[in-house]
Amino acid sequence: MAPAIELTGITKRFPGVVANDNINLTVEKGEIHAICGENGAGKSTLMKILYGMQPPDEGTMKVHGDVVEFGSPTDAIDRGIGMVHQHFMLADQLTVLENVILGAEPTAAGGVIKFSEAEAHLARVAEDYGLTIDPDDMVETLEVGERQRVEIIKVLYRGAEILILDEPTAVLVPQEVEALFENMRELKEGGATIIFIDHKLDEVLEISDSITVLRHGKTVASMPNDGVTAHDLAELMVGSELPTPETAESTVTERVGLDISAVTVVDDDRRPVIENISLRIHEGEILGIAGVEGNGQSELVDAIIGTAAVTAGSISLQGLDITNLSVRKRREAGIGYVPEDRHHEGLMLDAPLWENAALGHQTQAPYGSRWLMNRSGMRSQTETIKDEFDVRTPNIDVSAHALSGGNQQKLIIGRELTADPSLLIAAHPTRGIDVGAQAAVWEQIRDARAAGLATLLISADLDELIGLSDSIVVMLRGRLVARLQPDEVTPRDLGAYMTGAATQETAEVH
Amino acid sequence: MRKFLFSLSAPVGAFVLTLVISSIALWAFGSNPFAAYGDMLGHASKLETQVDILNRATPLYISAVAAAIGFRMNLFNIGVEGQYLFAFLIAAQVGSLVSLPAVLHIPLIMIVAMATGAFYAGIAGVLKVTRGVNEVISTIMLNSIAVAGLIAWLQQRWQAEQEEFTSTTLGTNPIDESGLIPHINGIVEIFTREIGQGKELTGVLLVAICVGVAYHLLLTRMRFGFDLRASGLNPFAARAGGVPPKRMIVAAMVLSGAVAGLIGLVELSEKGKFPPNAIQGLGFAGIAVALLGRNHPGGMVFSALLFAFLDVSAGILQNTEAATKEIVNIMQGIVLLAAVVAYGISKRFQEREEARETAEALRAEQGVMA
Repeated sequence: MAPAIELTGITKRFPGVVANDNINLTVEKGEIHAICGENGAGKSTLMKILYGMQPPDEGTMKVHGDVVEFGSPTDAIDRGIGMVHQHFMLADQLTVLENVILGAEPTAAGGVIKFSEAEAHLARVAEDYGLTIDPDDMVETLEVGERQRVEIIKVLYRGAEILILDEPTAVLVPQEVEALFENMRELKEGGATIIFIDHKLDEVLEISDSITVLRHGKTVASMPNDGVTAHDLAELMVGSELPTPETAESTVTERVGLDISAVTVVDDDRRPVIENISLRIHEGEILGIAGVEGNGQSELVDAIIGTAAVTAGSISLQGLDITNLSVRKRREAGIGYVPEDRHHEGLMLDAPLWENAALGHQTQAPYGSRWLMNRSGMRSQTETIKDEFDVRTPNIDVSAHALSGGNQQKLIIGRELTADPSLLIAAHPTRGIDVGAQAAVWEQIRDARAAGLATLLISADLDELIGLSDSIVVMLRGRLVARLQPDEVTPRDLGAYMTGAATQETAEVH
Repeated sequence: MRKFLFSLSAPVGAFVLTLVISSIALWAFGSNPFAAYGDMLGHASKLETQVDILNRATPLYISAVAAAIGFRMNLFNIGVEGQYLFAFLIAAQVGSLVSLPAVLHIPLIMIVAMATGAFYAGIAGVLKVTRGVNEVISTIMLNSIAVAGLIAWLQQRWQAEQEEFTSTTLGTNPIDESGLIPHINGIVEIFTREIGQGKELTGVLLVAICVGVAYHLLLTRMRFGFDLRASGLNPFAARAGGVPPKRMIVAAMVLSGAVAGLIGLVELSEKGKFPPNAIQGLGFAGIAVALLGRNHPGGMVFSALLFAFLDVSAGILQNTEAATKEIVNIMQGIVLLAAVVAYGISKRFQEREEARETAEALRAEQGVMA
């Protein structure tokens, strides 16, 4: 029997990056197939291709053995493929039934909706797949887990037999995850094929029949879930083929650069996203933070630079309490920031390089002052950055979007380091850039460390983390769960702490 | 040089497209497009018509700058209309209550107008940052409140205070001569013949020029302007770069409203009061002018003149019966659409060109190194 899905040689390029590089994926009919990989590994792009949201540049797709080409999700739905997005698309003020049939209403002549027919169809679908739901409930009254079930039923109602679930557990609490898995098993019983995207390894191991691991846009492994461990998966996801970034002898001093004391940050629902975090980074020290993405690292960064409010605890920079200062005051006090997504938080893509270089430092010499901008200062400083940090560009008047990812990153690192910060926050500083630029970035971070900079390094690349850091802490579910010495730890160990497979008694400040 | 020609391609393309579509529209209405264009141009070549055009372009330009300040940070201040009318009324009333020498009287009226516009626009800014109210919705509502509510009410109240009122005393009390910005025919006539037909070129033109220069300096030389543009180009990067988003929203709205407050000066100086049938619609027209001029201080000069030219041409088309006067509104619409399309195409083209040039320059450099 032909597999439900067979993808061969799928390649998708975006300007400057290859999001999917010759990916092969085979999903058998009636199985739960997990796709895991770090953020940016190409999972979402692959699913968008499979669901017809983007065409691949190369490669073929087969559904039940037939070669298909999707122009839009409608084509994918016609082929029995349905997708449940991470963020629900439901109308709160409508009932479950109304939401399910929205856009696919059975109508009689004159556009009258045949609700009874729809309800019968819905009941049939729910029974076939063992999903319980009251069609007359208002969606606004439902819990998150129930809303997700509505989304799944919506897809099944439209005749989907192959379901793509995009990080379905990200929004759920543990009990709801259990219920979801129960539903997934019943869907499988009912004959559905499920493609399940996740990067929480314990969940992947619990529910899936087969696992495909993506890294840097490539398929690195595809195997049945049989004797595989979380350690194996972590290693596959993270990889270890890169040149190791080594730091020379310790430059850690006694002077405290950043002192975070019992900091808690809550989200819009008042749930803590980081809880009681205490950390100290000394001048000349690189502190690495390891953790599967979404475990509070970004929120910690937001709390330090001031874009998220600290609910409890305090933060001080070289003895100055910055807990309640504005972002600008903190930047002026010496926080350099290399954001995890340079297009989102780092650059003004349509502005020339010399304006981008000033961003974040516009109130300070040589770029400007409280009231005025210094155009010649901006230009000459950008020239300096271009030369010292080897930003490959014909001139500084080109727009930032014209540069390659690596050169954009060198510009950002250059602008932060030339501003002579006392703390550098580097979030995934080498993500999505080529090997040459990567080595240059490591070199610059090491030099800054030698010059006495306190650095907070967040990275999904565990070799980078182990190679550069003077010490490493692990974050899991918004808490610090381990403190490790980089010279005594392997990526495998780190992976175990990151997924909660191993635990440490205390991970306190030292 | 090549870059310069490149940047001209979009406006020229839009212009040609507009001519083509307008000609078809004129022809479809049974008019001779060439006769209509001939009449419009012939009319515009007269000095008196040019004064009319400048008098119309002046408030349009100020209005466009007001809208552009918001647009630069993706803030859609649709409320310029209400802000300028309300500011116009308050400034006229305050101006009529005092008698001062011109050096004090004129600045007082201008400051009151700007403060009123700033205050009124600030309401929308504060609502947005404190309650998350979309500024498009709030400014549209504030327009109605200003025009149908506040202005109608205040005007009536102040009218009732007048000892006697006849049709000529409708509107606010007249302002002393010292409060009115004088016409500048004298300056123009140094270079040209005498302006006839009793036409007067508004002195507010000089204010508009100052507004344009100030706007240019704000964007290119001031830190606030840098923050403003950064917020528009990438609000997340701006925030991470220390630009306080909420404060910027309020500040941009207030500044936009302050500039909007100046729009009414043209009519105020001409009529000496807030007249019962004050010209409306300049706020909305300003949005179109800003859009066509790409929020650029120089670009908006051209688009304000073009819109003013078309507005003034309506009269001559009516007189010569070469075409119906509504055709100018159609042309204003077409030029806007054509510009949006042309700029869109040119931007995509330009980006690709720039990426290619950068890549090429680097390859050449590497070739030298190897």
